[in-house]
Amino acid sequence: MTNPAIASDPDPTESTQSPRSWRDYFRFSTDHKIIGVQYILTTFIFFLIGGLMAMLIRAELVTPELNLVDRPFYNALFTLHGTVMIFLWIIPFNAGLSNYLVPLMIGAREMAFPLLNAISFWLIPPAGVLLIASFLLPNGPAQAGWWSYPPVSLQNPSGQLVWVISLILLGISSIMGAVNFVTTIVWLRAPGMTFFRMPVLVWSVLSAQLLQLVNLPSLTGALILLMFDLAFGTSIFDPAGKGDPILYQHLFWFYSHPAVYIMALPAFGIFAEVLPAFTRNPLFGYRSLAIASLGIALVSIFVWVHHMFASATPDWMRITFAITSMLVAVPTGVKAFGWTATIWRGKLHLDTPMLFAMAGAAMFIFGGITGVMLASNSFDLHVNNTYFVVGHFHYIVFNTITMAIFAAIYFWFPKITGRMYAEGWGKLHFGLTFIGANLTFFPMHPLGLQGMVRRVASYAPEYQGWNVIASLGAFLLGVSTLPFIANMVASFLAGRRAPDNPWEATGLEWTTSSPPPRENFPEIPQVIFPPYNYGNPRAYGEEPLTQSGEGGSNDE
Amino acid sequence: MLKVLEYCLVTIFIAVALFISHWLGQQAYTWMPPQATAEAQRVDALFSFLVAIGAFVFLGLVGMMVYSALFFRAKPDDYSEGHPARGSVKLEILWTVAPTLLVLWIAAQNITIYNQLNILGLKQIVHFPIESPAYAATDQPKPVAEQIQVIAKQWEWGFRYPNQAASHELHLPVNESTRLNLQAEKVIHGFYVPAFRLKQDMVPGRNIGLVVTPTRIGKYRLQDSQYSGTYFALMEADVYVEPREAYNQWIANLALNPADTTNFAIAEQQHSPKTLFQTGWQTGSLGESVAKSDRLTEGDS
Repeated sequence: MTNPAIASDPDPTESTQSPRSWRDYFRFSTDHKIIGVQYILTTFIFFLIGGLMAMLIRAELVTPELNLVDRPFYNALFTLHGTVMIFLWIIPFNAGLSNYLVPLMIGAREMAFPLLNAISFWLIPPAGVLLIASFLLPNGPAQAGWWSYPPVSLQNPSGQLVWVISLILLGISSIMGAVNFVTTIVWLRAPGMTFFRMPVLVWSVLSAQLLQLVNLPSLTGALILLMFDLAFGTSIFDPAGKGDPILYQHLFWFYSHPAVYIMALPAFGIFAEVLPAFTRNPLFGYRSLAIASLGIALVSIFVWVHHMFASATPDWMRITFAITSMLVAVPTGVKAFGWTATIWRGKLHLDTPMLFAMAGAAMFIFGGITGVMLASNSFDLHVNNTYFVVGHFHYIVFNTITMAIFAAIYFWFPKITGRMYAEGWGKLHFGLTFIGANLTFFPMHPLGLQGMVRRVASYAPEYQGWNVIASLGAFLLGVSTLPFIANMVASFLAGRRAPDNPWEATGLEWTTSSPPPRENFPEIPQVIFPPYNYGNPRAYGEEPLTQSGEGGSNDE
Repeated sequence: MLKVLEYCLVTIFIAVALFISHWLGQQAYTWMPPQATAEAQRVDALFSFLVAIGAFVFLGLVGMMVYSALFFRAKPDDYSEGHPARGSVKLEILWTVAPTLLVLWIAAQNITIYNQLNILGLKQIVHFPIESPAYAATDQPKPVAEQIQVIAKQWEWGFRYPNQAASHELHLPVNESTRLNLQAEKVIHGFYVPAFRLKQDMVPGRNIGLVVTPTRIGKYRLQDSQYSGTYFALMEADVYVEPREAYNQWIANLALNPADTTNFAIAEQQHSPKTLFQTGWQTGSLGESVAKSDRLTEGDS
């Protein structure tokens, strides 16, 4: 197979072997590794901002009465908390991590479209700053929740319009990124890197980015129509002018449910990389896990109405989408069984990445089970729009995906920076995060079952007990980021030098230097192994693997 | 010998997991608010079933993970392979087919219970705006004793009874099916009484019917469940389920002396609570919509 990345000339403005300084990360660059780190650093700042908003929300909810923020401010906080965490933390963080890893993992020198890649990234800071700056508007930022359902979202036009523009920019960034990822994975794989030799992370990035291509235009379209209602006096979604607000709900969820999998699939991919490395086992059922990524993506396109079980939807629609939603449990179940079988009878090394990955996988099983409950539309009629839903999806977006993100940061930190992080501080970070996450999000389930609705700043006194626990957990989560930040900064500056492959892991990214050179590999590797070839020393670079040999027969 | 011991241990583990799951499934009933409708009993039964199955799956998988973390630890410098298994076609087919059957079973339970929910409305709603004659002509499959109009506006619940008396509290006769005609004024609201286990969004421009059959006398809380703007959290109303005679008497009295209930949103705006952060953002249309209408006038619909 020809490899365009090898043939194309390197960008003439940048020298091929320049030593990297920290300043490079703050300059315009088309190097996928620098762009990846730029994404990661930028999104982490937004994670802290979103977390701060969450702590203000939880502080308000310590008591049943209103006493910290007034209602418009509270409504702005939960609206922007959700928007920031989804569109400025998880989705672009995953784009950043994938940016860094995908070319390395498939043995390419660069992404397919380096300039487009840089543009995708540079749309994010202005869009994010614009969104946060809307706090300065006379009537504040958007306050209609991250769904921004019309007609209520039409009542605060200034803040809502800024929100819409910011999200359209972020959507354009994601669509450009998706084109780039899919092209890269399909065309730039190294010789011998067949589809079934790709790591599961690459499979899951491919699946997630295909979803972006198929579903994101629906959200962008809905937002443009909403912008017309807000700014140009149309009433596409406004029933006062014979518009249809339910249409917006369909368009919104047609993207925003698959968005959950756009966020979760890379997390599943991270588990599939980290668990084998720290159990020293090949990933159990590699092919089925790879195919399950595509299966999840496919099924997730047909489940969006489960967000609308209590909306103006007819019976047949509720029942059909209850069944399709439950079917998501099948490919995700395949993943969970595969991870468990990989761990079983392994030789476990409980380093920080492994702790985050195992805890994330375990809590994903919990979130998946409550997910099946929510897919049962009869039960959903009770808990829809209550804290049960909030608890469920935070078990996914925080306790699974953000845990996976931390696992990934620790796992690839040596590769990215060329230095080791401090293990003790990492374990402290894990302990605080794990306890804090469960304290925060578990109590939301009983609250929802008792009938506490989401998006309220004041609530009935009988709900206070669980709310206090959740708030304490949230403050603990806030504290837990401190050892993480200290560890990252100190280790980046003065950590022990990392070897090329500190975890003795398989995967092409571990065969090159830490950090990798400008074009990733001294020479493009020839792939002769299936991934996760643990037990074969040649697979993790102890012997050269550029010549073909009997290893090729290790394919299943 | 070791094999036998292992099988015994696995059997014991499965038995314990089954026992705990069953117990949790029974406990699940106590995590819910009181059951004030027949629907509530069915929904709670479904939840109990889901909890039991979910607990078994969770205990099985997470039990294996925790056991591994405790007993399958490597020596710090041992980077050799744990076990050579790369997969097992039999196992993989098993754990694809088993969850498929499991979720189909859950789906079947769910559909059965959904069909037993006597909440009507949903078959005929939607797709037809109020004006559409097709909507008006649809039959009502279920005899309802009483029809009450529910009007949600920012931020106030209003109820109009068959004798045209109006109130801000919802009274319902016990053990009778009452059809609630849900109407929202400007934005989407949600009708949600946790003790009834029912929820239905109310969409401006659509007349959505919801049938409730309360079975337990008492006072409950109605809460707006679909975010409706600044004072959303205050949009609550009391629901009284009472015997037919008491209900009749109450609506008769109401017609003579219209009741006055405080509107929480107006009360809060007049005496805004002391909060640390005061933004002064004007985003609620409270002034125009509620202030002029603390009475539900007869002719407004």
